Amino acid sequence: MAKIKGAVVVDSEECKGCNLCVVACPTQTLSLNRNVNGKGYNFSYMENPDSCIGCSNCSLVCPDSCITVYRVKTA
Amino acid sequence: MAEITEALKNIIKPENIVSQKSSVLTNQTMHYCPGCSHGVIHKIIAEVINEMEIQEDTIGVAPVGCSVFAYNYIDIDWQEAAHGRAPALGTAINRLNPDKFVFTYQGDGDLAAIGTAETLHAVNRGENMVMVFVNNGIYGMTGGQMAPTTMQGQVTATTPYGRNIDLHGYPLKITEMLAQLPGACYVTRQSVETPAAVRKTKKAIRKAFENTKKKQGTSFVEVVSTCNSGWKMSPEASNNWMRDNMFPFYPIGDIKDGEKVNANDLPNVGK
Amino acid sequence: MGELKLMKGNEVIAEAAIRCGCDGYFGYPITPQSEVMETLMNNRPWETTGMVVLQAESETASVNMLYGGAATGKRVMTSSSSPGISLMTEGLSYLAGAELPCLILNVQRGGPGLGTIQPSQADYFQCVKGGGHGDYKLIVLAPSSVQEMHDFVELGFDLAFKYRNPAMILSDGAIGQMMEKVELAPQKARWTDEEIQEISGSWATTGKTKDRKQNVVTSLELDSEQMEQNNLKFQAKYQEIQKNEVRYEAIDCEDADYIFVAYGSSARICQKSMQIAREKGYKVGILRPITLFPFPTEQIAALADKVKGFLTVELNAGQMVEDVRLSVNGKKPVEHFGRMGGIIPSPSEVVTALEQKVIGG
Repeated sequence: MAKIKGAVVVDSEECKGCNLCVVACPTQTLSLNRNVNGKGYNFSYMENPDSCIGCSNCSLVCPDSCITVYRVKTA
Repeated sequence: MAEITEALKNIIKPENIVSQKSSVLTNQTMHYCPGCSHGVIHKIIAEVINEMEIQEDTIGVAPVGCSVFAYNYIDIDWQEAAHGRAPALGTAINRLNPDKFVFTYQGDGDLAAIGTAETLHAVNRGENMVMVFVNNGIYGMTGGQMAPTTMQGQVTATTPYGRNIDLHGYPLKITEMLAQLPGACYVTRQSVETPAAVRKTKKAIRKAFENTKKKQGTSFVEVVSTCNSGWKMSPEASNNWMRDNMFPFYPIGDIKDGEKVNANDLPNVGK
Repeated sequence: MGELKLMKGNEVIAEAAIRCGCDGYFGYPITPQSEVMETLMNNRPWETTGMVVLQAESETASVNMLYGGAATGKRVMTSSSSPGISLMTEGLSYLAGAELPCLILNVQRGGPGLGTIQPSQADYFQCVKGGGHGDYKLIVLAPSSVQEMHDFVELGFDLAFKYRNPAMILSDGAIGQMMEKVELAPQKARWTDEEIQEISGSWATTGKTKDRKQNVVTSLELDSEQMEQNNLKFQAKYQEIQKNEVRYEAIDCEDADYIFVAYGSSARICQKSMQIAREKGYKVGILRPITLFPFPTEQIAALADKVKGFLTVELNAGQMVEDVRLSVNGKKPVEHFGRMGGIIPSPSEVVTALEQKVIGG
């Protein structure tokens, strides 16, 4: 059965740590980093990269358009 | 931070991109607070402009309010209006340049308080343009004062004991009001707090721009939004508060979807 | 010789607008200038030149329609009378701040408040000195005949586009309502899209093409340093206008001992007053400012070296007199005579004022 695998790349300097992507993520892939970016925000990142399904929910709700979503089908 | 594994490297390739920042957005970091709805709505408009390939033909009219700098973020030609006057600007742009796509982007203070007359008459004339109305129930830019759409009981800087209807009047459902006007072809109320809501709002804004293309009249898209700084809540709590308190009063969905009133269906005393 | 017609001042504005290739008129009815929009609607220029004519819901809306249209590089105009111009001043400040070329006609009536519908010149301060907020100036043309009402429409547009600044025709109820012979200009075509690109493409919101950056028309600049720079640029422009665009008419000033300074309908009254005064043996001349901004400061200063005194004649309590005094700078007496509330003085009243305030004083 084909398996969907996804990945999320957050522009960590653009991210303002609003957490909306974390809430929107259905697979608990994302989390706010304990470190802060140059603006002082706890930026979003893939805490559990293996669980990402590339559904794009995170990027849909991201107000700062700082999330790029990738998806592949693997055999 | 998680390590970029080999497996991830194989996924993170340009050909696998399914969602990325719209090319119609500029590279400027938005000045909005973390979690602000404006960013999502800007993104949706940029994506619709990109998908319809109308970047060269779209003229935006920015309001006074938090989104006064909308022109810094969406890479099209823009005009900055005086507070509330965007529909008047849009009217002239549209009348003098009928082949352009014109949209106004206005907040609740701009559209429903100081600019009520311009809003009402532009819609009533059926100006062939899109009006995007961001309703977050508060004046964000000036520091969280009462807006015409502030809910009863809602605490703002000018209603510190909550909006009291005897003192401050009723919350204004201007979208329902505008839907009564014959010049409106499409009046809808949407939101952007969930992925599904974002998709629906994008569909609505796309439909609004398609209506302009077909010269259908005024398309009006309200987006019930949050102002987490003004409301003094986290973005997530704001979304929940909006869902619990605003949606019952400002219900989501289409209010009018059709055509502007045909002149032949109205009495004409000149015939 | 062009086409000659007997027309009202307000009507000829409409005719001149169509003929000079104006793209759009946005207005709201108010006495004593409603004939402008009535004539436009009657002539239906949208069927001939393609000019847009729209009756707005208020003066606030019409001046902002001017902003929207001007910002796309089109030649747009509005007209109103004093209370309506008050409503428009917010928009005029924005137009000046965004450096948008456009034309505004003010057919003045007596104020303050709702005032009267009779002629007045009491909006001089409001229109010449600003009116709205911020340091800005309008280019202000003051017609004293129906022919000048006609001519200043095209001149107003030319100056507005030359300097990227709103221009105003500051008229009054007398000039707007009176009928005179006028020579009409031949019909000119409206600007094509290509011409607009050439003239205003660097700033107008005509749609962002791939080969250029976005054009943003705004008066907003939150960076104080930059906002001061913007203001300095405006001031330099106003100085340039002051240097290049002063227009005035000097009538019999060569041998004059006394000068009437008057514009618009007051200047017409002064012509008869001058005749009466000269019959009485007073050598009187008239300096008629045609541009109120830029004001003919140097010309009045030069006269101050030669004459004994000045009388400004205005339909107000004394407004332009301040600019005349600044020009004369204390060298000679400068007095003011005016009637208010819509009353037009008789020529002999003006002569009496000259005798009492300047000659006898």
